[in-house]
Amino acid sequence: MKFVRILSAIMFMVVLSVSPVLAAKDTVKIGALLAVTGPASFLGAPEARSLEMLVAGINKKGGLQGKQIQLIIKDTGASTEKAVSFAKQLIEEEKVLAIIGPSTSGETMGIKKLAEEGKTILLSCAAAEAIVNPVGKYVFKTPQKDSDAVIKILDQIKKMKLTKIGILSSNSGFGNAGKGQIEKLASGHGFTIVSNEVYDKAANDLTGEVTKVKASGAEVIINWSIEPAQAIVIKNARQIGFAGPIFQSHGFGNIKYVEAAGAAAEGVMFPAGRLLVADVLPKNHIQKAVLTSYKNDYESKFKPDAASTFGGHAYDAMLILTDAIKKANSLDKEKVRTAIEGLKGVVGTGGVFNFSATDHNGLNVDAFEMLTVKNGKFALLEQKVEKKAAPKKKK
Amino acid sequence: MELLFQYIVAGVTYGTIYAIVAIGFNIIYNTTGIINFAQGEFVMLGGMTAFTLKEYMPLPLAIVSAVIITMIIGALIEMLFIRWLHKPSVLRMIIITIGLSILIRETALHIWGEGVTALPYFTGTSLSSVNLGGVFVSPQVFWAVGISSVVVVLLGVFFNFTLLGKQMRACSANREAARLCGISTQNMVTLSFMLSAAIGALGGCIVSPITYIQYDSGSQLAIKGFTVAILGGLGNSTAAVAAAMILGILESFSIWALPAAYKDVVSIAIMLIILFLKPSGLFGNAASARLKEY
Amino acid sequence: MSAKFLQLIGLAVCIVAIQICTQMTDSSYYLTQLTMTAYYSLLVIGLCMLIGYAGQISLGHAGFFAIGGYMSAFLTTHDFTAIKGEPFVAFLSKIGVLVVRKDVYGGELLAFHSWPACILSVCTVLIVAYVIGGPVLKLKGHYLAMATLGFGIIIYRIVVGTSGLGAADGISGVPGFTLFPGVVISGKGSGRILNYYIAWGVVIAGMTFLLNLISSRVGRALSAIHGAEDAAEAMGIPTANYKLKVFVLSAGFAAVAGILLTHFNGSIGPSEASVMKSVRYVAIVAIGGMTSLWGAVFMSLILNYFSLRGSFGTYDDAVFGVILVLIMLFAPDGLIRRQILIDLKYFFRRFAKKEAAL
Repeated sequence: MKFVRILSAIMFMVVLSVSPVLAAKDTVKIGALLAVTGPASFLGAPEARSLEMLVAGINKKGGLQGKQIQLIIKDTGASTEKAVSFAKQLIEEEKVLAIIGPSTSGETMGIKKLAEEGKTILLSCAAAEAIVNPVGKYVFKTPQKDSDAVIKILDQIKKMKLTKIGILSSNSGFGNAGKGQIEKLASGHGFTIVSNEVYDKAANDLTGEVTKVKASGAEVIINWSIEPAQAIVIKNARQIGFAGPIFQSHGFGNIKYVEAAGAAAEGVMFPAGRLLVADVLPKNHIQKAVLTSYKNDYESKFKPDAASTFGGHAYDAMLILTDAIKKANSLDKEKVRTAIEGLKGVVGTGGVFNFSATDHNGLNVDAFEMLTVKNGKFALLEQKVEKKAAPKKKK
Repeated sequence: MELLFQYIVAGVTYGTIYAIVAIGFNIIYNTTGIINFAQGEFVMLGGMTAFTLKEYMPLPLAIVSAVIITMIIGALIEMLFIRWLHKPSVLRMIIITIGLSILIRETALHIWGEGVTALPYFTGTSLSSVNLGGVFVSPQVFWAVGISSVVVVLLGVFFNFTLLGKQMRACSANREAARLCGISTQNMVTLSFMLSAAIGALGGCIVSPITYIQYDSGSQLAIKGFTVAILGGLGNSTAAVAAAMILGILESFSIWALPAAYKDVVSIAIMLIILFLKPSGLFGNAASARLKEY
Repeated sequence: MSAKFLQLIGLAVCIVAIQICTQMTDSSYYLTQLTMTAYYSLLVIGLCMLIGYAGQISLGHAGFFAIGGYMSAFLTTHDFTAIKGEPFVAFLSKIGVLVVRKDVYGGELLAFHSWPACILSVCTVLIVAYVIGGPVLKLKGHYLAMATLGFGIIIYRIVVGTSGLGAADGISGVPGFTLFPGVVISGKGSGRILNYYIAWGVVIAGMTFLLNLISSRVGRALSAIHGAEDAAEAMGIPTANYKLKVFVLSAGFAAVAGILLTHFNGSIGPSEASVMKSVRYVAIVAIGGMTSLWGAVFMSLILNYFSLRGSFGTYDDAVFGVILVLIMLFAPDGLIRRQILIDLKYFFRRFAKKEAAL
């Protein structure tokens, strides 16, 4: 009796699963694998919001090649097995033109091969350089390179005539990759790494770690993480009396982290795309228009959420894709892929992209600007015309 | 030498956070015999609610309101999900509270989003620290230690010297007998949920400036809370505080010897060893332990 | 006996029927998720044996899954070329345990063949389960739950904290599992139907084994333990021994599932070791009715399938939370039974009474 019930239920499921997929013919399908929930939601959620916003805008203006975009966002929860499952679904079942995402490096590495085999364009929003090195024919990425960020920071430290570096990094893919780059680049240029600490990405308090770094005689702290814990690093370092400069990675590009760190965030330096300082960029800057439009659109639509560089990565991916489609004047995967490799001077939120057959990232060190925190806001570290920053709003 | 004390201060900071969560566990465990796996979620709710409320009212009032709101949520949870169960098995209670913790967390994600929140420091800013002969201590640590101590003392007074507290203890000693004496055991259980929700929420508000609170902060804290509660011996709040301090200081020193990413491995391994060797906890009484089932 | 046999045949028929259906409607891509589901189901039936029949909860089974998957992934992707000269390594490559293969970008690497990697991983998991099972299974109730949860967290932490295991990124580029020459477990589109049958074949084999176990002497002993452990002990059943054996067995199921799924996906990440995964497995066993292997398979099929297809969107975890709470409140013996109406009646009567009292 029980068995018959189970059997009928299985049959029911079969019927469910083979019911024809309703597909409108006049749409172009674009997939997105984003960690909207789960441990990397601080990346995936703004990315998903940015994409939805941008796609709605494009569709309003008539879509791509006269077709409406059908955006299929899949929430991977930052888990590799789901990314794999969803990627197969998007490639084989939905036959999407391109996939935007995933948000994390691990997921991207997990599906890199699938994109290659499925001949589907993958525009990753994750940072690791292994994504585009070695180059996969169909795999691109939009975030800036870790190594460029490190170069920017080390240049600044050199300018300050300091040599002893204490590294802190979180145990995430992002932290691990950055740590490796600092170790590689710092040793050749007269810097000494006096301590190198890895902490848990979900840590509550890091007094112990920063104490160890301070005790090692570090003159500068470089912290590499993308998780909220980086706010704690700054607070704890200042509380135990560390007075030297603190550098953060480009993972600091979210005003919430500054708010969470409070007064301790003042003076923290970090390399980042120019999105965070869109307001104070000179009017004639090439990125000014793109940045202010993204920022204003995002912030008016998703108030009180502030635009972060993370959402910008997905925005850039979509921007590159639309530019390539326009250039190829086609919706054919192969033609669009070739068009991306030929794109030059695409102005995005992360920088100016110049792709080639060997460079699937398209950004160089100029994509970064050294930023700092002034009065609880992001500001350019070296601004020629010193503007009076607005006084901090009292709540 | 200063370094040594700096580590101890770090350990005390960790310890205080753990102790607050562990006390919440113990209160519910004492009156019901349930380990509430959703205890960490009360901490998260307290911190998040206070952060939202502080936009509309001064900080102390926001904290008090957050504690009260969480208390009401605690009571609702007990009435909706626990009260009417007829002699539930331990397995069933474990699964229900785990399910509740997932539900609360996911609801919080869809209410507050994925962003991080931190309340302002009660005194000073994130920069200020008190210099005690070369050892730097954030004033918030004093607040945390101070408020937790007051809570522990008040709880001691409540359980030992008030009628209500004695009734709750009676429930934990022998529920049937307590009921026969005319104590409403069901109300006592609700009360214990309210009390532990309130303490959790208060804890969330105190630690929010030190760390930060996010929709998924709860489970992280809950695991540490369990570890400490078990180390001290389930049900014994004073021992839990002592165990929390020991574990916090051990963790802070473990940074010296081990990659920091393995900090949690150390603390949980300690918990497992204690469970295997002396399940009554570090401070448990061997004689009374023999009467209990582990 | 014959009923059991018929049920297994029934499952096999269903599996073939699903495949033929997808073939006819030209939608065989559904098989991808069904294959992944099969591997999770393998873990779930092992866990069902432990929770339902031996009466021991485990909140750490994702840990065993992860040890198996990670170890096999590491062994088959780690390049031993650098230490090729070592006598032991040379010996291993001579007897065919280590083989040279091409990686994704055309480079060569010397790594474990998938069979020895698999055997080594399963053995490791069995040993780990045996070692921790001894002391853990002495505990009861909350303490048992806490100890297994602790074990799961430790594995998760180690996986996330160890750079050799890819830290937070996990291991990718795992090659297919060559069962026999020509028969490979991998995610390649061309081997989809074959992989579907391999996966469900493994599940049916597992089910056959467990169903036979249940109706054997061991099974009867286990149900005695579940009913009243002390009484069983008094009757001369070596309870501790039986519990440990089932624990190790279910860990073995988890390990095999982890290994095969990792080769199928070509990658594994720390999310496979997370506590939430362990909780999910327990949830599936609970909904299936705790003591019903068929219920467990069925619920695993439905829930894993829809979860892997992303049908729950951003509510994926929430769905499992709701299910756990509702099932445990109203139907602690699982969904597939009749008692549920009576429970509901009881619930509403209590509420009505309270309102009347007010």
